Amino acid sequence: MLAMNYRGPYRVRAEHKPDPVIEHPGDAIIRVTRSCICGSDLHLYHGLVPDTRVGHTFGHEFIGVVEEVGSGVHKLQVGDKVLVPFNVFCGSCFFCDRELYGNCDNMNAQSSAVGSIYGYSHTAGGYDGGQAELVRVPMADVGPMIIPHDIHDDDAVLLTDAVPTGYQAAEMGDIEEGDTVVVFGAGPVGIFAAKSAWLMGAGRVIVVDHVDYRLEFVKRYAQCEIVNFKEVRDMAEHIKKMTDWMGADVCIDAVGCEASGNAMQTLTGRYLMAQAGSATALHWCINSVRKGGNVSIVGVYGPTFNAVPIGNALNKGLTLRMNQASVRRHLPRLIEHIRAGRLNPKEIITHRVPLEDVSDAYHIFSGKLDECIKTVLIPPNTNQVRQVTASTMH
Amino acid sequence: MESREIVQQKGGHAHTGQHPGPGRAAPHRPTRDELQHIQGWGADLDRKDRPGVPMERTPPRFIHQPEGDPLQQQEKIEVLVSSERPGITQVFGTVQPPAGLSGMLRRLAFRASENDLRHWLLLLLADRVNVVEGIADDLARGHIPNVLGEMGIKAELKHNPAGLAKKAAIVAAVVGTAYYLMERRGRPDRDRHAEHRLSFDPRHGPPESGGADPGRRNRCA
Ligand SMILES: [Zn+2]
Ligand SMILES: [Zn+2]
Repeated sequence: MLAMNYRGPYRVRAEHKPDPVIEHPGDAIIRVTRSCICGSDLHLYHGLVPDTRVGHTFGHEFIGVVEEVGSGVHKLQVGDKVLVPFNVFCGSCFFCDRELYGNCDNMNAQSSAVGSIYGYSHTAGGYDGGQAELVRVPMADVGPMIIPHDIHDDDAVLLTDAVPTGYQAAEMGDIEEGDTVVVFGAGPVGIFAAKSAWLMGAGRVIVVDHVDYRLEFVKRYAQCEIVNFKEVRDMAEHIKKMTDWMGADVCIDAVGCEASGNAMQTLTGRYLMAQAGSATALHWCINSVRKGGNVSIVGVYGPTFNAVPIGNALNKGLTLRMNQASVRRHLPRLIEHIRAGRLNPKEIITHRVPLEDVSDAYHIFSGKLDECIKTVLIPPNTNQVRQVTASTMH
Repeated sequence: MESREIVQQKGGHAHTGQHPGPGRAAPHRPTRDELQHIQGWGADLDRKDRPGVPMERTPPRFIHQPEGDPLQQQEKIEVLVSSERPGITQVFGTVQPPAGLSGMLRRLAFRASENDLRHWLLLLLADRVNVVEGIADDLARGHIPNVLGEMGIKAELKHNPAGLAKKAAIVAAVVGTAYYLMERRGRPDRDRHAEHRLSFDPRHGPPESGGADPGRRNRCA
């Protein structure tokens, strides 16, 4: 099968690999019809996530058709069209029992801290991802969800991560009616966090980024206020001014370990790797939120160590909540929102690229070229889809 | 609002008397009417509609919850296991087993716990070694990797020709300067700092600036 193949930092290619096989009675093999490149894939692409092995296939956002099932699979049948949440989880362990599917303890031998994610290094379990023609999906009765007939494939693929992660980000902010919510990061997750903040009754939504086309997009799509941090002297001071000197009620970090905007963080976090990525967005969250406010983190950070202003968080009496999204938990509600027209996820897709051109697709997304917001990769097997869509659209 | 005016009146005069009144923080909140134009506004205002507020719920909203742990997957390849776990998990990934020098480093890394920074640093080191092994593997198979192609040169040419030219100029300058410094090797007055600056990867360009003064921002670190 053709699959994306990681060769080292900034180097990926499409290459033939052996087809995945059933390794466990609960496995299914899914023939992928669409996969996405996610902002968090860029952390892998840039070589920042420990134990990212050469030959790994990325891609934790994908949908497809069931090709084969193991002997222990009863709910799924060959031919079912499914969306696969990015978490690999068992559904029955101590953590899954508490709906913490992103923290399942039965699927990742290589880390007790990190949950399991498709195509996200061996630190996240060592499962190949869906930027391929075929993918092994463990616990197939538990993770995948059959796509309802009235849900568009492009909406479905965004339900595997970007939408639920943005939604959970807003939810963890515990927004109350009229609250001012500041979202750091205007990528797909930031966009959906901003949208979700409105659903939860926010009074103001402000999105911060430094790339103008992304800010213009989120302003239009999520009807929010925008701030380009390159144009302000100091982020926390600016948010205070914007909020009658209170600070925001809720700040959301939708950036993670590759934040720009602070030279020291960039140097120690990204170049020297002396901390688990640059934590600029997190600093800004803690320092821009009001006293007693909530900080919600969904941006990906590496394991172990970051220099974080915990003293400010203490003195301000903040509530910090953070997690990988438990995608499965949010799907029923999010499908209701799509059906009601309150969310239109597919509108953020700007690029459709054949899987063969994966190197270029990564470079465009990573370099923020061609006004890219979200890229969908189309594998060679889905020929009709490719004829219609295998060109960038705008 | 009044406090905003106070700021604008600042400056120009003697320090005393600059602040005409006490500053006060008081938030303005928009009314429901002002927010009605937002599609779906407040649809999840009622917390019972949100799947996880304020914390995750038990019993789960999840539809199909299997009973008991999954069956044990057979171990056919080497899987490194965290020292913070009781044993191997019921299900695990089986791709890219550890091999070669990078594999040895990874095995070493897994002797330290996830709580130990050495665990992660050794893995990052192994990743870099693995990149070289990848190139060696390619060559051994008779495949010369198209490194520029893998880095998306086609997309760069199409969408960022100016940036590409700039990067090429930086690379040329770095190579040229390195050559110049090598020519000067052995002279006692060599500028070590200039040499150090060159060690930045030209792909990234110089470290980003444009935030607050780094020393000030990081004082709590
Ligand atoms: Zn993702
Ligand atoms: Zn579990």
